[in-house]
Amino acid sequence: MSEFDVAEAAVQAALDAGARYADVRVMHRRYESMTARNGDIESLTQDESVGLGVRALVDSSWGFHAVPELSDLAARDAGHRAARTALASGLVPGPPIDLVAVAPTTASWSSPCEVDPLGVSLAAKGDLLVAATSLMTEHGADLTEGLYQIWDTAKWFVSSEGHRIDQRIRECGGGISATSVGDGETQRRSWPSYRGQYGTTGWELVDSLELTAHAARIAEESRALLTAPLCPTGETDLILGGEQLALQIHESVGHAIELDRILGWEAAFAGTSWLDLAQLGSLRYGSELMNITIDPTIPGALGSFGYDDEGSPAVKRDAVRDGRWVGVLAGRDSAAVAGLDHGGSVRADGWARLPMVRMTNVGLEPGPHTLEEIVAATDEGVLMDVNRSWSIDDKRLNFQFGCEIGWEIRNGRRGRMLRNPTYTGIGPLFWRSMDMLSSETVPWGTPNCGKGQPGQVGHTGHPAAPARFRDVRVGVRA
Amino acid sequence: MSGAPARAGAEELEIASRVVDLVTRLAGSAAQAEVTVTRTESALTRFANSTIHQNVAASSVDVRLRVHLAGRTAAGSGDTITADGLHTLVERVLAAARIISPDPAWPGLAPSAPVTATPEWDPATAHAGPDERAALVRAFVDAADGLETAGYCRTGHRVAAFANSAGHSAQGQAAEAAMDGIARTGGADGTARQHVDRLADLDGAGLGWRAAAKARAATRPVELSPGRYPVVLEPAAVADLLKNLAWYGFNGRRYAERQSFAAPGVAQFDRTVTLVDDPLAASGLPFDLEGTPSRPLTLVDAGTTSAVTHDRRSAAELGVASTGHAWAGSATFGPIPRNLRLRPAGMAATAMAATATVPAGATGGTSLGDAIGDPDTAALVSRMERGLLVSDLWYTRVLDPLSLVVTGLTRNGLWLVEDGRVTRAVRDLRFTESYPRALAPGAVLETGRHAVRLPDHVDGVWWEAPSLRLASWNFTGGASG
Repeated sequence: MSEFDVAEAAVQAALDAGARYADVRVMHRRYESMTARNGDIESLTQDESVGLGVRALVDSSWGFHAVPELSDLAARDAGHRAARTALASGLVPGPPIDLVAVAPTTASWSSPCEVDPLGVSLAAKGDLLVAATSLMTEHGADLTEGLYQIWDTAKWFVSSEGHRIDQRIRECGGGISATSVGDGETQRRSWPSYRGQYGTTGWELVDSLELTAHAARIAEESRALLTAPLCPTGETDLILGGEQLALQIHESVGHAIELDRILGWEAAFAGTSWLDLAQLGSLRYGSELMNITIDPTIPGALGSFGYDDEGSPAVKRDAVRDGRWVGVLAGRDSAAVAGLDHGGSVRADGWARLPMVRMTNVGLEPGPHTLEEIVAATDEGVLMDVNRSWSIDDKRLNFQFGCEIGWEIRNGRRGRMLRNPTYTGIGPLFWRSMDMLSSETVPWGTPNCGKGQPGQVGHTGHPAAPARFRDVRVGVRA
Repeated sequence: MSGAPARAGAEELEIASRVVDLVTRLAGSAAQAEVTVTRTESALTRFANSTIHQNVAASSVDVRLRVHLAGRTAAGSGDTITADGLHTLVERVLAAARIISPDPAWPGLAPSAPVTATPEWDPATAHAGPDERAALVRAFVDAADGLETAGYCRTGHRVAAFANSAGHSAQGQAAEAAMDGIARTGGADGTARQHVDRLADLDGAGLGWRAAAKARAATRPVELSPGRYPVVLEPAAVADLLKNLAWYGFNGRRYAERQSFAAPGVAQFDRTVTLVDDPLAASGLPFDLEGTPSRPLTLVDAGTTSAVTHDRRSAAELGVASTGHAWAGSATFGPIPRNLRLRPAGMAATAMAATATVPAGATGGTSLGDAIGDPDTAALVSRMERGLLVSDLWYTRVLDPLSLVVTGLTRNGLWLVEDGRVTRAVRDLRFTESYPRALAPGAVLETGRHAVRLPDHVDGVWWEAPSLRLASWNFTGGASG
């Protein structure tokens, strides 16, 4: 049986068991990761997983069942069980569920890939990590680490409405980090970010990172940070590097505009959102420089796909336009509840998990400046880059982020290196203070976005560039 | 199912042994191989806005193989247990091991050692259906008496076996259930959660009632200035301390890298603090991913740090023995205690109760009195002159691993205590605090007498703690920044 045949069997079994709608994702994923530490390969893992997950809607209730087997019998059993689970949900029923329309589609899509990452020899990949970590050790770091990860996912989607979509998405990336241990604290520097940069591309992304070219510098910076002055405490102008701004977007915009959170579906765990649907289209989220898009069509960005896991085609939409909140991340059912006409942002992290609202590529459109111009225009402030810690409240308002490195800015020039830079604020107030934005955009990839119960790990993209924020509280510490 | 099979994991052990034999056949007797086969049945019924909105179940099988061949190491996993599937896995891992860079730190395979028999497990929990979970959700929702509710009820069952080419093997199984929910009213949330070995021991109505009572007590909060306050941390908040201490402090790899505060033999904690990692106390398998037998391990004994946890690699680096803490993530994150128990007051380490207590009923007739989850916590609150009662901590992240300075927020209820009484609800606060410093000698004023076992987000992981009264907690930001 083909994967489509198996999926069709599962959908039919769910319908036969009473479902009024059912869909199935068959997935085959290969995963490879390698880590090096202090010049030696530490681990190499190659995993392979195959299975299917069935989602069934009975009356106003969902059920989901997943199995690691693609036989006709297993598929039918899973379809039946999904419908039975949905029936049990009816013991605590909700309001009627509609799904916004998505035209039945037969389609095939693949992510761009110049160099198959699983085709690159293990020896070459290992040599890269060994060389980079050895260099960092030679340049004074106490602990040096290198990592790459590769996911090669083939999936087949079938729905009772007639969708038949197959996709192959290859993702990869990597990075290096150097840690120096001092008297009572550690300092870490990473390139290009901690645990790396990722995209829906081939090995060409890792090649472009030039890990060994940056190894000596970050090792020396980690050592220098141990004796650098502390980030000052108080309110000042804050310039964020693009990598940190990507994290800021992820946490204080991306999660806040997830419709399932806004509707209370994540209230007990991930939390809700400070956003109120009644203000969609009118709320001022940030300054007029703030233009955030939801765009799963960006070639090579980590949150890109051809179709989401409900069969909705990838479409670029606005989330914030000229500082005004205008869009959400939605699925077919949540969109219907909210009276919207589109989903398109639903994904599962594997065949064994229920598809749910996830970020795709949520990022800032480029601004008119450069980082050099932003620094030159700043009389006094702090420049911070590369995330080290992140914490935000359950409504996505009150945040405190820490970065690996900071620099004093005085009279338009970058000055001393600063250690333990942190900043804190309230999301919309912070975004309204953005007055300069660079055009030097990078589609940063976040491969570790946790959400859902049972937990799922999402892969999201965040185009971002350096930006300046006025009068931000910095230097919070214990 | 009428009862447990006589040899839990026999089928999984047969698969594991077959994989070991296959490695030997294809790569020769010099190849070292270790295999863990795990079957998992997990189900979770999730509710929000007082309705079940997600209801999932998944079966999975995981065959995890690690091979050391001619000085090189590779690992891999697969979920196809046909002869072809196992053959493909073995060939893939061997191929990788032949060309990967040398692994001079290879610690060798676990030697044969007796493994404790599987602790008692409950077949009714292992094979519970969606109707049973839905009934518990119904009870939680009904007990909240009209308040909006959200949360989950989950069950899980793992059967696992281990074999290696050094002749060591082990097998076992475990079942568990958990419920975690909130009730909401007037912008305030209250929470209740429980982790148990038997689904029948989950008290959906009791948890729903408790969450609703706390939510009502948390309404109309006032804003309080940040600063240092004495606190009473309820068990859910203490669980966050245990989790961060486990990941960053007692993690043997971080200790070897000098990134941990832990200093065995040093009185780093208040003498009231005794911490034991005790995987066999509940829903634990009797061996780790390298086959090392699980056993209770005292990490802090009356305030003195006594051990950190190791897998074979971190242990070899320091010339000590593995403590049985290898897990799927230990190659990346290090060996971590994942079943930590903080000893309640008045109980010897060896006599810690295996079964967690369920939060008792209300202790006061007023709504504010319901802020306190149980009589045990009430006793601690009664002896706090002025401070804060903290239900839960949220989104805690480490600013520096060595000093274990953590930032995060309070969640699901925060109250001002004056003269031993809860006097008003307070808006959530952000904190930035060194966890070891908060528990340092003299900093723990009082420990509760009853521990509560709380679920983690991952099956098989839980934290057990009583309430704590601490001298000081550093709140660094208010709700408005």
